[in-house]
Parts: sequence; C-alpha cells; structure tokens
Amino acid sequence: MEYEELLKQEPFGVSQKEKEVWFYNYFTELTAYHKEHCPAYAKLLSALQVPEAFSSMSQIPMMPVSAFKDMKLRSVEEEDVFKVITSSGTTGKKVSEIYLDEETAANQQKTLVRIMEEVIGKRRIPMLIADSPEVLQDRNMFSARGAGILGFSIVSSRHQYAFNKDMNLDVKGIEAFLEKYKNGPILVFGFTYMIWKYFYGALKESEKKLSIPNGIMIHGGGWKKLQAQAVSMEDFKKGIQEVSEIKQVYDYYGMAEQTGCIYLECEYGHLHASTYSDILIRNMQDFSVCEIGTEGTIQVLSPMARSYPGHSILTEDQGILLGIDDCPCGKKGKYFKVTGRMQHAEVRGCSDTYEG
Amino acid sequence: MTNLEKYNKVFQVILKKEGEELKELRYRGVPEWDSMGHMNLVGELEEKFDIMLDTPDMLAFSSYEKGKEILKKYGVEIEKEDA
Repeated sequence: MEYEELLKQEPFGVSQKEKEVWFYNYFTELTAYHKEHCPAYAKLLSALQVPEAFSSMSQIPMMPVSAFKDMKLRSVEEEDVFKVITSSGTTGKKVSEIYLDEETAANQQKTLVRIMEEVIGKRRIPMLIADSPEVLQDRNMFSARGAGILGFSIVSSRHQYAFNKDMNLDVKGIEAFLEKYKNGPILVFGFTYMIWKYFYGALKESEKKLSIPNGIMIHGGGWKKLQAQAVSMEDFKKGIQEVSEIKQVYDYYGMAEQTGCIYLECEYGHLHASTYSDILIRNMQDFSVCEIGTEGTIQVLSPMARSYPGHSILTEDQGILLGIDDCPCGKKGKYFKVTGRMQHAEVRGCSDTYEG
Repeated sequence: MTNLEKYNKVFQVILKKEGEELKELRYRGVPEWDSMGHMNLVGELEEKFDIMLDTPDMLAFSSYEKGKEILKKYGVEIEKEDA
C-alpha cells in the first residue's frame, strides 16, 4: 500500500494491530530506500551494525534528532529539494535542516488536513493566528513557527494575525474579524507559550475580554516555559476560557523534523497518534521499549519522510504511553502524554527571542 | 471581463506569471506557488468569484488547468481559450 492509500483510512479509526502490520512492511522498505539514497544514513547504519532485516517495528533503526543538526541528511538530489525546514530546537544554536521535495511536502500537508478534519471537518474556517505577520518574512528558510502557521492555514479560509509586529495584541483587528465571522466556528491557532504570554497575558492585564464562543483553539510547542511559571494544562484552559470564551482548547505535539503528522489532544487531555504516524517510548538505559505507564524517551515514526531519512527519530522529549485502542474518546491507536525534555539536552542562553 | 480574464488576472497578480507561462503552472512548480502562494491564490479566486472551496478541493488545486475544473464544481465556468 502506498502512503496515499494510508491517507484514505480514517485518521483515528485504525486499530494498533492493523496499523502495525502496514507500518512494519512500509518501514522496512523505507529504511532500505534511505540506505540506498542517503549515503550518510547508510554509513551510520553500517557503523552501528544495524541488521538488514527487522523482525518488528521496534527494531527499525532510529536517528537521534540531533543528527539533523549535525549532518545534512537528504535522500533526494539537491535540485529536487523544494523547501528546507529549519528548527532551532533546544540543544543550543545548531539548527536542524529538513529537506523536502515536492512529494514529501505535499504529503505533509495532506496528512495535516486529514488529522484536522477530526476537529473541524472538511470545511475551511476562518483562522485567528496568535502570532505576528513578521514570522513569515523569509519564505525559503522559514522557522518551525512559520511552518506551523503555514501548515495550519491550509484548513482555513480567512486569516487574521492577533499580534502586530511588536507582539502587541491587535484588539481592533481581532474584533473586526470576529464581528465578520462570529456566526461560524473560528480556528484559533498558535504556540502555547505565545498564546499564554501575548494573548491571555495581554487580555488579562488590560482586563479586556474577547467573545469567541465558537472558537476552536489548537496550540503546540510545548509546556516547558509554562511549567516554569507553574501554569498547568488546566490553568491554561481555564484562563483561555475566562478571557475569550473559547471552550474547545486542544494541545498538539509535533516537530519540524516530522511536520504534518501531529499528535492531537482529545477531550480527555490525551495526545493521540493518528493512523499516519506512531510513537514508541524508549528506556534510555538499554533502548528497550517501555510498557504502558512507564516514562521514557519518545521515538516518533512517520511513513511520509521520504526525501530525508527522518522516518524514525529518537526525540529529546520524554513521555508516557497511556494506553492503546481504548481511550474513552473512542480514537484507536496509541495515546500518551509528554512529560518533559531530556535533562542534558538543555543549553539555554539568556537571549530569549520569540521562538516558542 | 470574462471569467478566463478574471482567472488569469488572479494568477498574474499573485504568482507574477502571465501569457504562455500560465498554462504550465503547477503547485510547488515555481517558488512563488508554495503553500503561502497557494493560500493567497485560492483566497483571491474565492473573492473574485464569490465561492468557498472545501479543503479537499483546496489540496486538489494542483495546477492552472486543474483549477479550472475545480472552479466548475462551484459553478464557475472558465471559458476555453481560442486556439
């Protein structure tokens, strides 16, 4: 089955067992493909003495996410690179470079659209972007933040940026936008910390309230900065509802290295792997697979990574698998929570930019 | 202005292409027609023809020619070009 065929399956309707049969075959083929087309990847696998054949999904070799910062890894010719996505990440100044060809870029977009259908349907709806228009300045080398905004804007019809270029809340602009589209659902998208600081924070401080009862907020980028301020997920949801009347607030987990196949939060607060990607939790002592309920490092698997060998990545994030196929929300597959970043990974400067 | 002229005009304004170049245009085929260009292009067409595309049609809008077929679904007939 081709990736296109997989996309025709329901985004959260395929059982883990069914999915793994397909993933196992596809990932075996995809690993061989990258070995053939990316010499640096082949070299690495042979240095690590990775066997030619795999007996299960958990044996598919994983690339540490930092490899994309240290090496230029691509499985397509340079002239076929359509776009380079960069991510600053948290491990210092080095930047990940992810090389996309036309097909991979298209699949990323289609995948995101399929997952978002779960929340907003096939109809495109107006989108309020909790960011500044400045973030999309350079179109060729855009940041993870810009990539996120562009990716999500495909499911939207009209756009309004919530902040001006100095990151001040554009209340006038927002209110005019809301007035125009108040009768239907409105997607409110942004990075968790930016929403908290520049949206919630600004409204709270000015004692201003917005009325977006039809709002669906999708936010991502991690809880790290909010945890440091002791803001819990519940505080966040409560705060947002208080200043804007938005009741549907969903976190998502995702990364620039595997753009498109996001992990969306359900109404029970669990992050779900869709049909189009998967996770494993690894014990970092021996890289074994953790049981349900045991904390470990998150490995992400995306069958759509074809132009670069990023189909199986060991992240620097920690998480806990909560269950498989049995979340009360009804979604099939794995659900989990993210608990933090690997401790040694953090090298932070004081130059706190706007980067999520 | 005919629908064809309106259609071409949007491509000219958003993607800065015209004449013979138009027929060859594909999504992601030129730097200007990336995902942001796509949003702008479709948004402008929607405004000009007063329609609203569904997400699947937005994704299926993969070329200049394909776009004509899609608009037809929404009741917008783009005239054939004179040979």
